[in-house]
Amino acid sequence: MRSLIDIQELSTEEIDELIATAKDIIANPVKYREKCRGKKLATLFYEPSTRTRLSFEAAMYELGGNVLGFASSDNSSASKGESVADTVRVVSGYADIIAMRHPKEGAPLVASMHSLVPVINAGDGGHNHPTQTLADLLTINREKGRFSDLTIGMCGDLKFGRTVHSLIGAMSRYDNVKFVLISPDELKLPGYIKQETLDRKNIEYTETRSLEEAIPSLDILYMTRVQKERFFNEDDYIRLKDTYILNEAKLLKAKKDLSILHPLPRVNEISVEIDKDPRACYFEQTLNGKYMRMALILKLLGVE
Amino acid sequence: MIVNPITNGVVLDHIQAGGAMAIYKALNLDKLGCQVAIIKNAESVKMGKKDILKICEPIDINFDVLGYMDPGITVNIIKDGAVVERKKLELPQRVEGVIKCSNPRCITSIEQELPNIFKLTDRENRVYRCIYCESKYKNQGDIK
Repeated sequence: MRSLIDIQELSTEEIDELIATAKDIIANPVKYREKCRGKKLATLFYEPSTRTRLSFEAAMYELGGNVLGFASSDNSSASKGESVADTVRVVSGYADIIAMRHPKEGAPLVASMHSLVPVINAGDGGHNHPTQTLADLLTINREKGRFSDLTIGMCGDLKFGRTVHSLIGAMSRYDNVKFVLISPDELKLPGYIKQETLDRKNIEYTETRSLEEAIPSLDILYMTRVQKERFFNEDDYIRLKDTYILNEAKLLKAKKDLSILHPLPRVNEISVEIDKDPRACYFEQTLNGKYMRMALILKLLGVE
Repeated sequence: MIVNPITNGVVLDHIQAGGAMAIYKALNLDKLGCQVAIIKNAESVKMGKKDILKICEPIDINFDVLGYMDPGITVNIIKDGAVVERKKLELPQRVEGVIKCSNPRCITSIEQELPNIFKLTDRENRVYRCIYCESKYKNQGDIK
């Protein structure tokens, strides 16, 4: 039995295989409509989420399966003080696969240690979010047709942005990938990711506070939201939340084939005027997330 | 100063000078009823100065705790006055129940029953990370 807690658990070949499955689902959706008939997905969401939870649920329904679960810890036995391990032991008797989101880092790993069925990490605090990364990878693959020879700008909250951490980890395995890390000083990429991923693999990266300066060199711009829920101090959040706002003026110096990604939800960091720009990929990205979750569910359930 | 050789027991040699008391506490040697000698700042050709612990009865040693605290230690098992086993330590790949994660965002911060487990991610720089949240353990040597 296999779970997915961290994107690094997937080999490059497995990621290629998931992308191939997702593309086949896009091309032949009817072929997959009954693949999970009689199977149940439990969505255990201890923290509010719209996109990820609905995406998982839509993915399972489109595979012909069913869904059960809860959408916040208030509606679960966690509010009575039940441990993650106990909840998962119980739920793994009711479902064939579990998708878990939890505000505390490492909770899905704990779940996978006690579950009788595969567990998918649907986001654990500021730590990991592997299925978002799968969505990002499919988007990059469909937009660029490759993973190598790319300059990727990561912009916004690089400190608590779990999608940023996971994507850097995933992309760092490909050739000639360069990162431009754009953030205020307070939200810089954690040192351990620089040392243990970028430096260890000799990956070129630069750090800057200026989006305007960085933008001309980029093939991909990955925008992120400054997340209020990651701050213990609201003053810090208010001070930093409007640091970067991508608008038409800032895009003037960007490449014509730039791809703009964002894990969503956005607040104001991408102006709505950008939505109609052909370089904006963030809504396709959410759709790609559903296809990759379908591919992942099939893989972890061992459905051919 | 002369401390007599022991007949049966354990000698922890090549402890970094000044480190013996922390190891004495971490291994709960204060709970033993037998004789325990703490030798501080003994002369050493290799180390200049070293500490030594001599325990006059066979005990089970938690090598993970010991290796984590001071991987340079040599453990000598003594039986009938002779060294029957000599073990050189190294940093353990994994330490469980020895140190505690201090990240307030870690699942261990709200679920106290979870075992605190750390893995060695950088041997050269002695970096241990919590297996749950991957936070780096900052207070090396500070035993739970």
